[in-house]
Parts: sequence; C-alpha cells; structure tokens
Amino acid sequence: MSAAVIEVQGLSKHFRKDDEELIALRGVDLTVEQGSFLVLLGRSGCGKSTLLNLLAGLTPPTSGQITYGGKPMRGPNTQVGYLTQHDTLMPWRDVARNVQMPRELRGESKKERAAVAAELIKLVGLDGFERHYPRELSGGMRRRASLARMLCADPETLLLDEPFGALDAQLRTELQGELLRLWSGSGRTVVFVTHDIEEALILADRVVVLGPVGTILLDQPVDLPRPRDPDDIRVDPHFVELHRRLSAALKEGAR
Amino acid sequence: MSATTTPQVGAVARPAGPLRETSRRTWRQRHGRKTLIWGWRIGLLVVLLVVWQALSGPVLDPQFVSSPNGIATRLGDWVADGTLWSNTWITVQEIVLGFLVGALSGAALAYLIASVRVVWDILDPFLMALYAIPKVALAPLFIVWFGIGTDMKVLLAAVTVFFLVFLNTAAGVHEVDRALVDAVRLMNGTRRDIAFKVVLPASMTGLLTGLRVSIPYALIGAVIGELVASNRGLGYLISDSSAKFDTDGVFATLVVLSVIAAALNAIVNLLGKRANRWKPLDAEA
Ligand SMILES: Nc1ncnc2c1ncn2[C@@H]1O[C@H](COP(=O)(O)OP(=O)(O)O)[C@@H](O)[C@H]1O
Ligand SMILES: [Mg+2]
Repeated sequence: MSAAVIEVQGLSKHFRKDDEELIALRGVDLTVEQGSFLVLLGRSGCGKSTLLNLLAGLTPPTSGQITYGGKPMRGPNTQVGYLTQHDTLMPWRDVARNVQMPRELRGESKKERAAVAAELIKLVGLDGFERHYPRELSGGMRRRASLARMLCADPETLLLDEPFGALDAQLRTELQGELLRLWSGSGRTVVFVTHDIEEALILADRVVVLGPVGTILLDQPVDLPRPRDPDDIRVDPHFVELHRRLSAALKEGAR
Repeated sequence: MSATTTPQVGAVARPAGPLRETSRRTWRQRHGRKTLIWGWRIGLLVVLLVVWQALSGPVLDPQFVSSPNGIATRLGDWVADGTLWSNTWITVQEIVLGFLVGALSGAALAYLIASVRVVWDILDPFLMALYAIPKVALAPLFIVWFGIGTDMKVLLAAVTVFFLVFLNTAAGVHEVDRALVDAVRLMNGTRRDIAFKVVLPASMTGLLTGLRVSIPYALIGAVIGELVASNRGLGYLISDSSAKFDTDGVFATLVVLSVIAAALNAIVNLLGKRANRWKPLDAEA
C-alpha cells in the first residue's frame, strides 16, 4: 500500500464558550493513504467539519497532531483544496473571476488563468454564467462554482465537506461521476465527508464511520469494482451487505 | 506551480439554469413609473410655490416668510453683482476639502485600527466619547487653534465626516466573513491579498455608507463655521442677511445650500451604484 499523506494522532478539538468547554473531537487517530478516496461518514454534529478544518490547517488542534506529507502541519495547508460546507465565493466577483482566483493569487497571467477557468466552468456545467455574481445563482450552481474554483488551484489533496448535499439527485450523480474521473489515475487524495451511506459506497475506497466527538465506529474498506454504476450497484449483494454494515455502525453511534 | 494540468473536460450535461428571454418592454413600462414620480414632484413644487406666493403678503408677512418672487429677485441681484458666485465658491471649497480630509483620514485610520482587533477594543470607548461630542461645540476651540480663516471651517466640516466614515468603515471591516479570509489563506494568499482582495471589497459597503451619510455633515460643518465667525461664504451670507432683516436673502441662501446638497448626494449615489453591482438584481429596484 502507498504511503500515508495525512496522519492524525490523538487529535482533540475543544471550543470554549464562556465557562464551558465544548468538545467537538476527542482522541481521533486516522491515516489517509496517498491517492486513496476516503469517505468520512457520520451524522450531523459528530465533528466532521471540524476535522476537515483541522486537516486544512485553518484552526489549531487543542491537543494531538497532524502531519501532512510527513511534516507536522503549521498554519493553512496550501497543498489541499477545501470545499467547505458553506460557500466561500467572493460575493463581489463574478463566477469567472471567482474560479480564477487561486491562480490570480499565484500571479499567473490573465490569459492563462482565464483559459483554465473557462474549461473548468464548462466542466461543472456553468458555461453561460461566467458573468453572474454568486447571489444571482442557485445554491447548486454556487456549489459547482466553488468546485471549479477549488480545481483551478490544481490541489494534490481534496477535502470535500458534503459537497453535493444541496444538489438534485441527477446532478449529484453526474458530479460524483465527474469527481471520480478527476480522481482516478490522477494520484490525488480525496477526503470526502457525507452523511449519505449510498454516496459513500459509490465513491469510496474506504469508509470511516464517525460517532459522537469523532470516535471511529468502523473503518471499512470498500472493494466494490469500479466503475460503479449507481443504478446497478444498488442491487449488488456485496453493496447491500456493506450498506447494512455501515448503517448498523451509524445506529450504534446514535445509542 | 504547475500551470499546465487542467482536468479533462467531460462536461456535465448542462443543468437547467434560469430561462433567458429578451424582454421587450414598451416605453410606458420602462419609463412610466419614473415619469409619474417626476411629474408629481414637479407638480407638488409648483403648487407649493404658487401657494407660498399667494399667501405671502395678503396673509403672511413677507418680512418673516419671504416669497418665491422675492427670493428669485434676490438671487438675480446676487448673480448680477457676483455675490452669489464668490460666496458659493468659498463654501463649496470648504465642503469639498473638509469632506476629503475627513473621509480620507477616517477611512485610512479605520483600516489601520479596525484590522487589529485588540487595538480597536482598547480604543473603542475613547472614540465613542469623542464621537458623542456635539461638533458645534468644537467651533470656539478651532477658532483659538486655527483662527477664523478657511482652515477652521474645513476642519469643522472634516470632524463629523471623519467619525462617520471611520465608524462605518470599521464596522464593515469587522463584518468581513472569516470564511472568506480562510479561503484566501488556503489559496496561499498573503496578508496583502487578504487586505486588498477580501477586506477592502467586503468593507466597501460600510465605507460607502459612511461617505453617503456624512455628506450633509460636511455642509453643516462648513456653514456653522461660517455662521460662527466669518466674513465670506454662504453661512456669512445668511448671518449678514438676517442681521439686516433681509428674509429674502436668508431664504435665497438656503435655496443655494439645498441645491449644493442635492448635487453632492447625486455624486455619492453614483459611487454607490458602481460598488454595489454585485448585490442581487432585485436589491436596487
Ligand atoms: N466554531 C465553533 N464554536 C463552537 N462550537 C463549535 C464550532 N464549530 C463546531 N462546533 C461544535 O462542534 C460540534 C461538531 O460540529 P461540526 O464539526 O460542524 O459537525 P458536523 O460537520 O459533523 O455536522 C458541534 O456540536 C458544534 O456545535
Ligand atoms: Mg458539517
């Protein structure tokens, strides 16, 4: 198996609110292999977003440590592309300029970055909306614009926090397919957060089920053959078996 | 820094966006409401002037309420002998200078102080105390410091502008969405990028609000300065006219002042439209 790109050891994150400590994560250990597609599955409030924030280096852990590519992380991790649960498009920039932003900050020429952005905008199906501002788009369209912006940075690791939750089923399937195409053979690592078991099984190499305060309830490799057709795979006996196992683990965590 | 790798385009089937139609609106749909509103405004003004003119004399003493005719005559005289131009020019200069000084220093200081939360928290009560001082009360002090020349009026105009621009801009800086800053940090953005590509545009609404609301105060500051101590400017014209019981002169000056105020407002509204383009389409209607 290939080397670990992210290693998390004894990770805890507390939030202080007045005199109260709110524990979001406690003692999380996790290893993410280079080039793998890891899905973090858990009910809402179990600390998935908090964990991704820590992996992106946006907040420091209360205790424990994270290494990325063998080095302890300090500050924002610029190797990752992070699609946060809530949109962070700049409201004063239109779609095209939002998507170009990562390359603009690297000082890439206007022509070059415009060409890349145009291609990515087409990829996510937003062509024709280049001149629109985020507030003029639907939630799903903003999601796709965010996805394009993240890809524009050409990151080696993707952190995706419930990226397709707000989309209609058909579009979600299409974008899942697109994401898999982007990932397969690229050597990129993906950490994908969801609360949808089916989505987890269609995408993942490995599903980690999280319980309250980020407790790992189940670490399940998914050896379903790829490509996985979402319609056919639902009736695959092995898929059904895995689904049952993940579902049981989630229920376990709820008790 | 690989600029080359772009994912293969397998393009997602174009999802349904809004349906676009070129809308063909009649002249009436396009301009009807505007014409109606302006028609009523002009009509109302005419009625007001006619009633004023009719009542002034038979019912009300022109010595107290003047009359449109008297005001027009006085303005005509002043235009003829140059009084109007020279005094208006002085006041406009004071307003513009005061506004610029106040706005520039207010905005600059806001970005400096509000960006560092601790500094802001320390200074906050002092700033609020200073802001609460009625600015008119500063006039005597300013006379002592700067004499009764133009400087005193410019600074009196600048003081209120400064606070309004400063406080509104600072509020804008504080309301910057943390998540947007984080997004830029992950793009390997520098502090400079964060300042110019997130904080500045995000706080623009606050800055523009400050500029907009402070415009009348630049005018108030300058005119009060002239009323308190001066021998030229529109404020002087008011105090001079009233000392001579020349109500027509007072009203004529007030008319000129409101024209100046309206012109200044129009300028700032233009500014606001430009910066607020990213607001949703319906917010401006
Ligand atoms: N900035 C914060 N301040 C205080 N509490 C927080 C903060 N962020 C998250 N939490 C708390 O941590 C817990 C986990 O949140 P989150 O990571 O968003 O869960 P998930 O993404 O799995 O739904 C929640 O109980 C939430 O209230
Ligand atoms: Mg979440």
